Amino acid sequence: MATDNFQAPDYYLLDELLTDEQKLVRDTVRAWVKKEVSPIIEDYAQRAEFPKQLIKGLGEVGAFGPYIPQEYGGPGLDQVSYGLIMQELERGDSGIRSTASVQSSLVMYPIYAFGTEEQKRKYLPKLATGELMGCFGLTEPDHGSNPNGMLSNFKDKGDHVVLNGAKMWISNSPFADIAVVWAKDEQGVIRGMIVERGMAGFTTPETHGKWSLRASATGELVFDNVKVPKENLFPDIKGLKGPLSCLNSARYGISWGAIGAAMDCYDSALRYSKERIQFGRPIGGFQLTQKKLAEMITEITKAQMLTWRLGILKNENRATPAQISMAKRNNVHMALTIAREARQIHGGMGITGEYPIMRHMMNLESVITYEGTHDIHLLITGYDVTGISAFE
Amino acid sequence: MKILVCISNVPDTTTKIAFTSDNKEFNKQGVQFIINPYDEWYALVRALELREAQGGSVTVIHAGAADSEATIRKALAIGADDAVRIDAEPGDAYFVAEQVAAYAKDKAYDLVLVGKETISYNGSLVGGMLAEMLGWPFVSLATKLDVANNTATVEQDIDGGTQVVECPLPLVISAQKGMAEARIPNMRGIMAARTKPLAVVPVSNASKLTSAESYQPAEGRKACKMIDAANMQQLVELLHSEAKVI
Repeated sequence: MATDNFQAPDYYLLDELLTDEQKLVRDTVRAWVKKEVSPIIEDYAQRAEFPKQLIKGLGEVGAFGPYIPQEYGGPGLDQVSYGLIMQELERGDSGIRSTASVQSSLVMYPIYAFGTEEQKRKYLPKLATGELMGCFGLTEPDHGSNPNGMLSNFKDKGDHVVLNGAKMWISNSPFADIAVVWAKDEQGVIRGMIVERGMAGFTTPETHGKWSLRASATGELVFDNVKVPKENLFPDIKGLKGPLSCLNSARYGISWGAIGAAMDCYDSALRYSKERIQFGRPIGGFQLTQKKLAEMITEITKAQMLTWRLGILKNENRATPAQISMAKRNNVHMALTIAREARQIHGGMGITGEYPIMRHMMNLESVITYEGTHDIHLLITGYDVTGISAFE
Repeated sequence: MKILVCISNVPDTTTKIAFTSDNKEFNKQGVQFIINPYDEWYALVRALELREAQGGSVTVIHAGAADSEATIRKALAIGADDAVRIDAEPGDAYFVAEQVAAYAKDKAYDLVLVGKETISYNGSLVGGMLAEMLGWPFVSLATKLDVANNTATVEQDIDGGTQVVECPLPLVISAQKGMAEARIPNMRGIMAARTKPLAVVPVSNASKLTSAESYQPAEGRKACKMIDAANMQQLVELLHSEAKVI
């Protein structure tokens, strides 16, 4: 890929709303992405390979569990900083951001929120450095938007449980050391547990042939009579509330991440529109190009304001799941639209790996579906404003 | 080893430089400031490497108003142990050197590192003046620095090559590319920087020797004029009458 000349748009001077520390966090991850991700990501995406060597750096820079307190090995940052880290990682690539999202919000968060003290001390510090990598098993082949219908189940055998079932579309699964798995007990109540690689009957086949998130490893989790020690179960959390609260944290991060992808597409399109000459002038001088660019920066600015406010609410523990759904849905759709428009501005060059556009666009096709589809989030907003559920 | 690193605050390299309407001052409106790259990438990082290898402490010192503390915190996030801010707008190089000398003279530093120049005013003066005021040797434009047995071994650029210099501590060194590799801070460092000491010291007696009267931005690059390859006569005429190079 060409040199990473990214310059972040800040049309409404929103930097002034950030603390010096938040700006330093963002600039740090931006510098890390420029140094470590941009030079190699296109090649890995083309080859559909996860750049495993980045794990150590992601851990060192603090991208795993940014808001986990220091006593458990995290840096203990606030939610706006977490969002800014996700934004910068996804500016590099949604796949890299996905790896960090899963580790942070779907593995470290549930262990921190629902785990026993022993589980927290055993896993969190190693997850923060990347020494241990985790994945999250909720979605099943036949249960995506309706996780309550899951078939994975476990039976109580005294000092351990026996887990059976299969999970699908699991980011990080092919290389994860541990999996946070949600399954039903004998009464049909959803419980969470930590399954470790190496437990007999636990396998993680990789999903091949993706046209999206190609630089991220995706796979299945298969449990064939896996004996899981009882001490690996989360003690108290029961029902869908457990996994959904993890998704809330991840979706919040995605709403920031999508802005990163959108900013990268816009920045590239803006630069290209000033350099590309047709009919004797830069194409940025034509009204149809300006319409695209003006709409892009307008939508990015709105999304930036939405997430900033959401971050403040989240810092104050006041962000509702429905508010997070709105931001995830709006921002991912915004980013995907911008990626498509930016592709048009780049003309034929937009389909090549010389520019990040097509990679972002294809990545966002996953992002708009995972962690609650575009339509499901709409129905969450609909339910929230009417009080009437359209799901059942 | 006790090391002092001087850091200054410069506009980000992507800043569009503008001056106030009377051209007397740089217009800071909306400008992002960063640590001068020569100070950060080379002087500070090499100081941290020496501390990591040999123990001791790294203090950063900066002359500037309170709004420069964000850059100082970044130096602490990268790994400096503590920081000092001299509470003053930096006047000229003499002013800054005198402030730093006044602070450093009785603190028993083994080494003072500065960047070879700031990327804003490109003065390259503070290091030399500071050494003189402290009565220490000064080695400029260093690309490599090792310290053993109370002696610094320094490689510096000279015209057409490099020179290796040995010098007993204490001394002042100005650092440039090659001395170290830039470090990206991390979240733990950023959090640790919150609680690291940042002392604010008042200005000691000092006066500026110079003052900037006005600024003129450099002329932008002019458009390229294409001459038909067959028309050599016109090219020669233009080189003579317009470009005035022949």
